[in-house]
Amino acid sequence: MSDLYPGLTLGKATRDAYGEALEQLGREHADVIVLDADLAKSTKSYAFSKAFPDRFTNVGIQEANMVGMAGGLASAGKVPFISSFACFVILKGFDQLRMAVAYPKLNVKVCGSHAGVSVGEDGASQQAIEDIGLACSLPGFVVCCPSDEHVMRAAVKAAYRHDGPVYLRSGRPKVPLVYAGELENFEFGRAHTVREGGDATVIATGLMTGAAVVAHDMLAREGISVRVVDMSTIKPLDEEAVRLAAVETGAIVTAEEHLIHGGLGARVAQAAARLHPVPMEFVGINDTYAESGEPDALLRKYGLTAEDIVAAVRRVLVRRGAVRA
Amino acid sequence: MPETRPVSERAALVAALRERSIRMRRDIIEMLAESASGHPGGSLSAVELVAALYFGGYLRYDPANPEWPDRDRFILSKGHGVPVQYAALAEAGFLPREELSTLRRIDSRLQGHPVLGATPGIEASTGSLGQGLSIGLGMALAAQADGKAWRVYVLMGDGECQEGQVWEAALFAGFHQPTNLVAIVDYNRYQLDGAIGDILELEPFAAKWEAMRWQVREIDGHDLDQVLDGLDWAVEQRRPAVLLAHTIKGKGVSFMEGNNAYHGVAPSEDEGIRALAELETAALAGAGNGAAVDRKGDR
Repeated sequence: MSDLYPGLTLGKATRDAYGEALEQLGREHADVIVLDADLAKSTKSYAFSKAFPDRFTNVGIQEANMVGMAGGLASAGKVPFISSFACFVILKGFDQLRMAVAYPKLNVKVCGSHAGVSVGEDGASQQAIEDIGLACSLPGFVVCCPSDEHVMRAAVKAAYRHDGPVYLRSGRPKVPLVYAGELENFEFGRAHTVREGGDATVIATGLMTGAAVVAHDMLAREGISVRVVDMSTIKPLDEEAVRLAAVETGAIVTAEEHLIHGGLGARVAQAAARLHPVPMEFVGINDTYAESGEPDALLRKYGLTAEDIVAAVRRVLVRRGAVRA
Repeated sequence: MPETRPVSERAALVAALRERSIRMRRDIIEMLAESASGHPGGSLSAVELVAALYFGGYLRYDPANPEWPDRDRFILSKGHGVPVQYAALAEAGFLPREELSTLRRIDSRLQGHPVLGATPGIEASTGSLGQGLSIGLGMALAAQADGKAWRVYVLMGDGECQEGQVWEAALFAGFHQPTNLVAIVDYNRYQLDGAIGDILELEPFAAKWEAMRWQVREIDGHDLDQVLDGLDWAVEQRRPAVLLAHTIKGKGVSFMEGNNAYHGVAPSEDEGIRALAELETAALAGAGNGAAVDRKGDR
């Protein structure tokens, strides 16, 4: 049981929420077709396969062909949801995502599971830390990295409603609940302010949103008031939320379980640079691959905890001149 | 169905396809010379194959309603050969013939490689080799899931069969045995940098497809009788079938035939004039259907 998130309740893994929401989606919509590349029991598309065997295919271990077939299914009117580990479906299927999905603007939904170092013991080959940047670089793709099970359930429904390619990023471990229950007003491209504050803003995605909430509480005890924005949709980015964070709090820290180059931080910085430049700091993985280990140990070693966010907030406040070094 | 055609009707069809093939070759030469870029060799080698699909009674389509849901799908996986498909689309009435001269120009619907959504009648975006069979397979699965009768035809290059994804798709189709998928390989034996046999040989090619549980037949891809027989056979299989169509790169233009310099270099103005004159002569002679090459010894 993780001790990284004091004060928060540990919920389900986002991959479990994905599997449950996908099965429910299958009940409601006959045009949903699910493909998996021999990781259904891990990505959790397995529940759909049991409920709707006629609409599920385990394609075998062949991500490129899976993505290409999804393009063909979508062009013939189906709504394919395809899944594998994020590092395999995005990296091995990348040219196919470009040619058979993004370029023709087809209605394919991609779920990459086991994202980030929190995969744990399997090691760096299984830990996608480049996938957000790659997916964001595909024109027209929606890229969403849900912070907890409630966001994932809402995102699966939103992915079905959205006409076009969507990338949903899920994780292996249980993650803290950021929200109390089902999100009624979720839509892609809209950030949610989960904690208010005026001294700085932490903009976080995925399991780092829970860590940001913990950081908020830690800083509050020192009299520092930090806004926490859950940026579950990284593309399209909620630029108005970034602008308000910059204008109203004067400093921004981003937090993601991904490389700091090319992911959430880079996109937020680009928006802030144009709309209202303020000092920024970036919590994420800095140009390295991780390793095997327990998920929490890896999150600690690679700087992805509430303490790392707290330190980044202190740095950004010093740079802003709000506090002395 | 085509296979029940009386002999006289078959002869008339072959004659009509021969005429269309010559017109398509002229269109290919004209559009490539006009754009001063593009891939003549692999466009010309596939002319009879594409002509037979569009005008031999195989592809069911409606030029007035290109998105008719029950149409058959044709995917040109060797996307660089798209001039042959644009020529067919103009011939079939999807595009005004005058538009062919806009190939590869800014704002044109005729992109340098096929783009779904840009051009009526184009079913997939290709140009990164090795992907068309997977896309066609997805379409075939969708048709089968819905109990639809439409079929999927995928025309691949031989060189692109060096891509691993082709064999992922072949393995998948061989195992799942969709009833509505036909693949054709334009087997002209050359790729950009040279002869396939020198770079990465595909032979024993038929045996590879057979090992993937496909039905395989080898044909002369310029002999229209063989092309029609081959397509009839492939459709009848009702399981994944591939035609290995032996062809000649640059077919129909003497100085391009078997000359790989024209893989990706468009004819100059002068070469275009000479090529069109040759095709004019062929049209007047009612010919243009020399046998590709004797491949009997290959299997």
